[in-house]
Amino acid sequence: MADQSSEVAVLTAPPHVPPPITRSKSVKLIVNLEVIEKKMKISDGVDYTFWTFGGTVPGSFIRIREGDDVEFHLKNHPSSKMPHNIDLHAVTGQGGGAAASFTSPGHESVFSFKAINPGLYVYHCATAPVGMHIANGMYGLILVEPKKGLSKVDREYYVMQGDFYTKGKFGVQGYQPFDMSKAIDEKPTYVVFNGSTNSLTGDNAIKAKVGETVRLFVGNGGPNLVSSFHVIGEIFDKVYREGAMEYNTNIQTTLIPAGGSAIVEYKVEVPSNLVLVDHSIFRTFNKGSLGIMKVEGPENKEIFTGKTADNIYLPEGGAIQKVNDKEKITTAASVEDQLKLGKTVFTNSCAACHQPDGKGIAGAFPPLANADYFNADAKRAIDIVKNGKSGKITVNGAPYNGVMPALGLSDEDIANVLTYVSNNWGNKKRTFTKTEVSAVPVAKENSGGEH
Amino acid sequence: MKKLERLVLCIVLLSTLSAGASGLVSVSKGRLEAIWLSPMSVKIKNQTKTTRSFIQVKDFKLMAKAVTVKQFKEFLEKNSDWRKDKVSGLFTDANYLHGFENARDNSPVTNVSWFAARAYCKSQGLRLPTLNEWEYAAAASETLRDANKNELFLKRILEWYGEPQTEQIKEVGSIYKNLYGAYDMHGLIWEWVEDFNTTFVTGESREDSSFNKDMFCGAGSLASNDKENYAAFMRFAFRSSLKGKSSIWNLGFRCAQ
Repeated sequence: MADQSSEVAVLTAPPHVPPPITRSKSVKLIVNLEVIEKKMKISDGVDYTFWTFGGTVPGSFIRIREGDDVEFHLKNHPSSKMPHNIDLHAVTGQGGGAAASFTSPGHESVFSFKAINPGLYVYHCATAPVGMHIANGMYGLILVEPKKGLSKVDREYYVMQGDFYTKGKFGVQGYQPFDMSKAIDEKPTYVVFNGSTNSLTGDNAIKAKVGETVRLFVGNGGPNLVSSFHVIGEIFDKVYREGAMEYNTNIQTTLIPAGGSAIVEYKVEVPSNLVLVDHSIFRTFNKGSLGIMKVEGPENKEIFTGKTADNIYLPEGGAIQKVNDKEKITTAASVEDQLKLGKTVFTNSCAACHQPDGKGIAGAFPPLANADYFNADAKRAIDIVKNGKSGKITVNGAPYNGVMPALGLSDEDIANVLTYVSNNWGNKKRTFTKTEVSAVPVAKENSGGEH
Repeated sequence: MKKLERLVLCIVLLSTLSAGASGLVSVSKGRLEAIWLSPMSVKIKNQTKTTRSFIQVKDFKLMAKAVTVKQFKEFLEKNSDWRKDKVSGLFTDANYLHGFENARDNSPVTNVSWFAARAYCKSQGLRLPTLNEWEYAAAASETLRDANKNELFLKRILEWYGEPQTEQIKEVGSIYKNLYGAYDMHGLIWEWVEDFNTTFVTGESREDSSFNKDMFCGAGSLASNDKENYAAFMRFAFRSSLKGKSSIWNLGFRCAQ
């Protein structure tokens, strides 16, 4: 060790990853990691006291090289109420360093280990009660790069899932304390990537350009749930299952155990918003495990065309009829007709999220029933149905931050469904006409491929 | 007649609850369910039964409030050996009395080592409370002797444990006064006890179940007594992270007799 040079490890906050290690020799590597207990947003308008490694959930990404001698400094901030420690799954030795790093507030522990096994490993706090420390966000990833390095890619990101247990239900506003009973019952209130329902959506979406190869270092801190990690709209070209250094190819969904990891790689071929999910799918749409990777660049129609036809399928009549945009399938002659037709559109296209009674789902899908936001602006309502909506809105005093896609309805259908919604559930009984709907422009990005 | 005697006794007891000139309040003897201990197996007539664990304490006195900055300043005037610039590194660490000069007089003194806390109590003819005494007195809420399973009481404790100490520590006597007349047993600071290091929560807490089960046993305890004891569990984890010379921003003490 005496002849080794020494370096200080670069640590990064999620979703970022330290640069690949280019040196060809092992070094003495100094890792400084600080434990901070702090209040942060777990969702819009919802605060939670996280216990963190490095001030973020998940904790700082640590990148070291096989053969390095790591001198680990764990510092517990003086403002902490609790002692903390760290168990690194990359460590061969008692408790992964847990006992050696047990640190009271305002103190620092130092221990050393040799990085023997390459791979992507979870680290976490192992202070009693262990489950609680993990449930409060005390986990992260440490990559032990193999001596020969990893293959070159264009972008690397850091994503880690975790389940959270709060006293209040999903979306209940204000400060929410930890709920031990729910944690023991393994019934999380939130299941999220990177510590918050909006850590990877909206302005926080991760980005890539068409033609680039992307590598995601994905971890699962738990404490309880296993993740069925999937990216909607992509196939993983390579998956280094459980963070091992051998890979499988062409994987759709990969299982990531609590306290485990995976490295996934894929080349992005076409522009789209890729959706990172836990394919145990209610967690995604009702508890928050959703992230977006925004891929920008030119279309490639050979790989994906976008919608090229909108046909009617009538098995009983045996006829398949081509629909011309200018043709009308069904025309409402009266407001009664509009309500009838509008109800069908609503049932097929809207009720799954906004619910058959229009009440929505608190925290996830805004209500349409007796909804101030809906009633306030007819033109805006048309625009949302026509072009979709993403980002923050406030409905009846509650914040929502979701994505509603453009539904591809005809102007006639839009007029009918809006008339239906407007004449039900205590809304202000307005009639929408097709002319009105047509007057609202189609947003460029939704105009589809065939025009 | 017996009833009347009891009533009189009660009134006498109640009247002693206000702190005397020495700042001590009386805590009457009794036993407390030790929810942080794992249940014991007892053999009765060839049948093994599991029973809850209790601790017993004798009558003792406890300072109504934690030792304040002002009180500790007075102590340092007479005992200069314990001043920051003179004290031995054997008994304190680099955090010792950090921020002491700027602390408010009526705030509890913190960043004091166990050695310094003991020296202070000794100078007053007192001692640190034992862990059992402290837990026994701290289990009391405003109205209950044992509030350890009271949801509201626990919530209050856990709220303090869960929040980082980002603001200046409040003054002594500002949180609540329990049934014995002792203030702020929870919610102000952590407190030293005489035998803080007799519990066996190691840094490797998952291993603790292999320790002597008669002693404190971490993983086993959590498994056996579920959600109600984890506030106590966190307290024990905190104590076990300490060394005699540890000085921590939110750790102070009060003395007993």
